[in-house]
Amino acid sequence: MLTIYLIILLGLSFVSYFYGKRLIRRRVYEQKVSQHSRDSYHGLYLSLYLIIPSIILTLIWLASSPNIIDSLLKSKIKNSLPDLSLGEINILKSKVISAYDGILPVDSEQMKMFVDFYNSANIISTNFIIIISALVSVSFFLFALNRIRVRFNARSKVENILKFSMILASCVAIITTIGIVLSLIIETIEFFKIIKITDFLFGLQWSPQIALREDQVAGEGLFGAIPIFIGTILITLIAMFIAVPIGLLSAIYLSEYSKPKIRAIAKPMLEVLAGIPTVVYGFFAALTVAPFLRNSGASVGLSLSSESALAAGLVMGIMIIPLISSLSDDVINAVPQSLREGSAALGSTQSETVKLVILPAALPGIVSAILLALSRAIGETMIVVMAAGVAANLTFNPFESVTAVTVQIVVLLIGDQEFDSAKTLAAFALGFTLFIITLLLNVLSIYIVRKYREQYD
Amino acid sequence: MTDNFTEIRLRKRYRAEKRFKIYSVSALILALLILATLISSIAISSIPAFTQINIGIDVKMNDDQILQFEEDPENVSWRSLQKKSFYSMFPNVETRKDKKELNKLLSTGAYIEIKKFYLDNPNKLPDNNIIYVPASDDVDLLIKDIIDRDLPQDMRTISDNQISYLDKLISNNRIKKTISWRLFSNSDSREPELAGLKGGIVGTLLTMFVTLIISFPIGVLAAIYLEEIAPKNKFTDIIEVNINNLAAVPSIVYGLLGLAVFLNYMNMPRSAPLVGGIVLALMTLPVIIIATRAAMASIPPSIREAAYGVGASQMQVIVHHVFPLALPGILTGTIIGIARAAGETAPLLMIGMMAFIVDVPSKITDKATVLPAQIYMWANNPERSFEYLTSAAILILLVILIMMNLLAILLRKKYERRW
Repeated sequence: MLTIYLIILLGLSFVSYFYGKRLIRRRVYEQKVSQHSRDSYHGLYLSLYLIIPSIILTLIWLASSPNIIDSLLKSKIKNSLPDLSLGEINILKSKVISAYDGILPVDSEQMKMFVDFYNSANIISTNFIIIISALVSVSFFLFALNRIRVRFNARSKVENILKFSMILASCVAIITTIGIVLSLIIETIEFFKIIKITDFLFGLQWSPQIALREDQVAGEGLFGAIPIFIGTILITLIAMFIAVPIGLLSAIYLSEYSKPKIRAIAKPMLEVLAGIPTVVYGFFAALTVAPFLRNSGASVGLSLSSESALAAGLVMGIMIIPLISSLSDDVINAVPQSLREGSAALGSTQSETVKLVILPAALPGIVSAILLALSRAIGETMIVVMAAGVAANLTFNPFESVTAVTVQIVVLLIGDQEFDSAKTLAAFALGFTLFIITLLLNVLSIYIVRKYREQYD
Repeated sequence: MTDNFTEIRLRKRYRAEKRFKIYSVSALILALLILATLISSIAISSIPAFTQINIGIDVKMNDDQILQFEEDPENVSWRSLQKKSFYSMFPNVETRKDKKELNKLLSTGAYIEIKKFYLDNPNKLPDNNIIYVPASDDVDLLIKDIIDRDLPQDMRTISDNQISYLDKLISNNRIKKTISWRLFSNSDSREPELAGLKGGIVGTLLTMFVTLIISFPIGVLAAIYLEEIAPKNKFTDIIEVNINNLAAVPSIVYGLLGLAVFLNYMNMPRSAPLVGGIVLALMTLPVIIIATRAAMASIPPSIREAAYGVGASQMQVIVHHVFPLALPGILTGTIIGIARAAGETAPLLMIGMMAFIVDVPSKITDKATVLPAQIYMWANNPERSFEYLTSAAILILLVILIMMNLLAILLRKKYERRW
């Protein structure tokens, strides 16, 4: 219904574009006055005035109507069955909705009544919005039609609409940030109402399974986040230990030593490494790297857990190599050629130039690249979900299984989510911590570049 | 300073030079070797999944079944037709237990092939037909020599009796190896020999469609505003800092946003490409904005000034000149951003796009899964055949992503202009 309406509207606005063009042509012809704006602006003016109000109204309706109809259905259920509890009403409500969608059969007379009610509420609200938006659109269109004159400034009107939509689009970035911060903060505050903030930040025990019975010992679940922070730090350190030397040295080779031909081949290959989805790295870690490490550990008498921090960290390091190498490559390339030539003129070898001149000059950029890579590693999810453990284990031993912040978020949220249980809220608290840490790292990396960058040119 | 001293020091410095060069070369080689290992290990382990073992069984319908078929094909009891036909090929197998073992050679979905055969060839109803149906995953692995038949019986998932039946089938030439097209034509299944990727591929396409139609217009409009129009003030500063920060937010946080705002607050459908697409669009937005700005910044000011010189308005300069010239760069950035979104898994796990879904989604509000999420689910499956299937799925995903990236590179090569 709504789709048909929107398609008709689209067609009408298309037609009105050409109508506007013809209208202004005729007026110009009749009045023999030179027009202010070109024909197409008049056409656009008409068609935009026809379609934009409808689109905005429909979007508002799409966002708000499910909630309104839901609450209508709820109050209907409440009125006809007054002795149901709130939870039972909610269950019945979702049953009615699934029956409406055809997933559940309509099995009783009462059910049929509710489904019919839901159905008619939907139809009424759709018809309502179509009529309202059609009326609004038509009046806007008539208003626009009335204003079309030979000397009418249609161009600046159309340009203003375009400009306004650009400003709106730029605000989406801000809205997203606000959305992220608000959704994380609200749930986190809820979480800290149940669990003390000090227990979360400094507790040494993490076992979020809520007890099944209320009188069970430790019925709360324990939410001390230190073990999972340690796990994330351990895995990230291993990753950086792999990625920084390999990434940095390959960048140095590519920008200082390699022939252009080798560079032309190797650089895209590294970019391929950067384009591989993380779920693939996770599979690689679980299928190839972890068994390999366990077997080679066993052959020298070390016992490695099959979900060792080492395997996850190693593969995460591999994932980060291209990030570090491409960012440092850019920074090293930005060091002016005159510095290299000056150093060579003083008689230094190429490696001395790199170590004593280029690296110090590029250091702020390299540090910021490493910080960005660090924040990527901390926020990386799939590799640790597939290769690291689930049980929180307070250890610095890379051969043992540890868990990470992102793993816990996934574990806590997969399955049914109830927004009032401490388990679900804990995931948001962890997500908020993650967000803050990566934000700080990002800000720090920008600050370092701004503060310590030397201007050479 | 003696000559000798200089000599020694010089030699030392040259050695250091050589050492450093070797370090850096080996770092690069190591990185490329790792890439080669990664791709080849996945490619090798995906090979078994691209072929599939089929068993030919003699099927003959009796008159009752033909009548039933002509009434309505659904009335025919296809499973029992399959069983009876298969048992009749092994007259020696009599006990219930043996028959059960025998039947386990065939996939649980074998009867579907028989049904399909008769639906496609209704004229062959009364004939004696040889119909090839998929074998079970254990048979599949045995014939591909992945399960070792020399192992003692209790160490493999297939019994000695079953192997003897198989040998009979092999000697009667009733085993056929085909390319497993069902990877593309079937959707997910609990049985590895029936599982395919169609659901995931269609889900990915739908999700990427939503992502593209949201992130491309918004990203391009925002970038044009910030690069060409916006006055330098606090407000635009905030937006710019914001975009840079959003680019560094971990993807899982976008998943939390989707869960809290779109699912919990706005009551949007769970597991739907609509929500997945919106979440990924928000994630891709900074990428597109940054790429678009870079593409527009590389258009020389002389173009703009010439357009202003002949009396164009600011919008006309942008719409008629700057934007078309920057379009190849914008499209390149968009394709790369979309390719990244297509490989993303973590935020989609948060909004439930990893459920086991058999139906192929047909619209953006249907329950669906995406290719990377399906890879994740298959990778968690303990059955051995799924390991090969997962590798095959990864290979398919990588091929799609590499093709997208190649498209971006070609676009850049073809339309790149030096000013």
